[in-house]
Amino acid sequence: MGKSKRELTGAEIIWESLVREGVEVIFGYPGGAILPAYDALNKYRKKIHHVLVRHEQGAAHMADGYARASGKVGVAIATSGPGATNLITGLATAMMDSSPIVCITGQVGSTAIGSDAFQETDITGATLPVTKHSYLVMDVDDLAESIREAFYIARTGRPGPVLIDIPKDVQTAKTVFEYPTAPIDLPGYHPPECATDEQVAAALELINTAERPVILAGQGVLQSHAMGPLRELAEQGQIPVTPTLLGIGSLPASHPLNLGMMGMHGTGAANHAIQAADLLIACGMRFDDRVTGKLQTYSPNSKKIHIDIDASELNKNIRVEVAIHANLSTVLKQFNGGVKPRNHNDWMATIKTWQDDADEREVLNMKTPTLLGAQAVRAIWEGTQGKALIVTDVGQHQMLEAQYYLHDEPYTLITSGGAGTMGFALPAAIGAAFHETDREIWVIVGDGGIQMNIQELATAVQEQSNIKIAIINNGYLGMVRQWQQMFYDARYVETPISSPDYLLIAQAYGMPGYRVDRLEDIPATMQKAQSHEGPVLVEFMVEQHDVVYPMVPAGADLHAMIRRPLKQFEMDT
Amino acid sequence: MKQVLVVLVEDKPGVLNRVASLFRRRNFNIESLVVGPCEIPHASRLTIVTGEEEYLRRNIIRQNLLKLINVIDVQDVTDLPCVIREHALIKIKVDGTRRGEVMDLVDMYRARIVDVGIETLIVEVTGEASKIESIIELLEPFGILELNRAGKVAMVRGNGSAPGNKLLPDRENGSLPQASPKSI
Repeated sequence: MGKSKRELTGAEIIWESLVREGVEVIFGYPGGAILPAYDALNKYRKKIHHVLVRHEQGAAHMADGYARASGKVGVAIATSGPGATNLITGLATAMMDSSPIVCITGQVGSTAIGSDAFQETDITGATLPVTKHSYLVMDVDDLAESIREAFYIARTGRPGPVLIDIPKDVQTAKTVFEYPTAPIDLPGYHPPECATDEQVAAALELINTAERPVILAGQGVLQSHAMGPLRELAEQGQIPVTPTLLGIGSLPASHPLNLGMMGMHGTGAANHAIQAADLLIACGMRFDDRVTGKLQTYSPNSKKIHIDIDASELNKNIRVEVAIHANLSTVLKQFNGGVKPRNHNDWMATIKTWQDDADEREVLNMKTPTLLGAQAVRAIWEGTQGKALIVTDVGQHQMLEAQYYLHDEPYTLITSGGAGTMGFALPAAIGAAFHETDREIWVIVGDGGIQMNIQELATAVQEQSNIKIAIINNGYLGMVRQWQQMFYDARYVETPISSPDYLLIAQAYGMPGYRVDRLEDIPATMQKAQSHEGPVLVEFMVEQHDVVYPMVPAGADLHAMIRRPLKQFEMDT
Repeated sequence: MKQVLVVLVEDKPGVLNRVASLFRRRNFNIESLVVGPCEIPHASRLTIVTGEEEYLRRNIIRQNLLKLINVIDVQDVTDLPCVIREHALIKIKVDGTRRGEVMDLVDMYRARIVDVGIETLIVEVTGEASKIESIIELLEPFGILELNRAGKVAMVRGNGSAPGNKLLPDRENGSLPQASPKSI
């Protein structure tokens, strides 16, 4: 072994490897078993910025938010035992939404593993169902390659979280460091690329003969950068598009072919169109129960084309005629030469009648005695010219955001979809702010969710994250309250929730805070918030008893939507 | 016809845990699972019998296995001509007076006696599940003290290729990268 080659400790190898993977920021919390890595961090501070979180769950969500904003791999680091288990909700969130993150955890010394040592948890075992892959590195010679593989696995194929558990003695052991450069050799891992000619021909036959086609645009559109080919397909064939929650931004909201979001709180037009369609073209989405309603009655008369990078999603929930296991962007480009120009005038006219019906029920056209969440979200849209990056939590405000903040640009909405993780928004926005340094960032969060990771306000102030935090306060766990109102005879069991005085909270953490309860005061309040660099808190006091319409009850037919009553409020003329 | 899968995996500690965890998490049923080394260095071959009969569901199970990073290939051999064998050790209570009867039965089934005690015999039998069940039934009257059955192992007849080999064309001797003996 040549003397010219450098011997490094495992701890140093961690940072050297992260630098080579292009990591610029890492979110973490130190502790006993990860101390050697933190000690070595001191030498790498110029290359990697470490963000000290206030709870490890925040670190995982920050890495997730950073990953979703940047398209790069987000990285979190924590110690063994409770530090590692606190990451689990963040890993599960990233797993459900296919977000590429790598979490590094310290582990007790390799000889102590299995002895129930202080702060020992079998974290690779505990996280098995919520990670794409994981490593327990028992030999310092395997460390660099494991980190390299982890990044590769996290970002390729269907992205997802990867965990690397590193015992303390592996961090202190020394070895010659050479970052491998050979192509990664994983005999069981081959992300797919294109569709076969037969698949393309079968799909085109359906597309070119359909009378009532609908494109379902999932997060796969954004993750495979297929916005251009998707738009070309839609425009060439005059095919209306409806996004999933995570697919929002795949086609501009203002595009005439965009019907708005599908599913439980989707638009009437989108859901009716799906049910009446004779062809669904499902692009990078997975027919989650929140978008299908009752599977047996879902889009009963349509043929279906399903394109996904994950073969296990094909024919999982919905049986399809053409299942294509491939990269979506590549497939749409394969389609696009063969799509015949169509107009579908009758179909679009039918869809228009559903859209007109929704206009009659549109609460924004009504005069309401109190401020509604929908109005608050629309006001935030106006106050940001629709150009902000919005990071939402989970609940009524999240669905209102999807309905009333019209995203014309891709990658401008970050939200916990599959897992529905309350407490996600604030840390995810802090993470996203490390990438989106020029774009205005607004957190939209409920009074329940903000209290679930409120400790990260300290991180936001410490990092001077340029985020505006809109707390939509209705004094309830609103979405659960809505279900209680509709399906549990209005027994509001444990859903009224008190809040601290958020203006005092803002003051205590050292950030400006504002409160607004009238629609006409929102623009001025927002301007005040926008004039500050750094974190600002704005509390919107909204109607306590409003519900999100339309709503498809869980397990009901997708077209069986509960609509807002026609004369709930006086029309504002 | 119950689903039979032949699965080639990297021989790394924890792989069996990943496979078992997948079946539990996805609510798939494992009827039997057998694992052992195979002709490819640093790889193991599993035979898994699931309770699933419906084709599309079977494919979902196969695709989920393929998603595991350490799983190299999965062959669904349910509908292929296969040799499928089980193995059992059966300890029965029998003294010298009735030993001859047992030996006749063992001969008929082409089984073997692999241990003789003063009051016990261990019978080893290999074959299809129906054969194993049949000999168990016939040995029952003697008094079965202990029964230990292994799950099914399967192999496609004739030229049906073993899974994985075609995926490893460029590798010398079809070998996989060696796992560090210490890595888990």
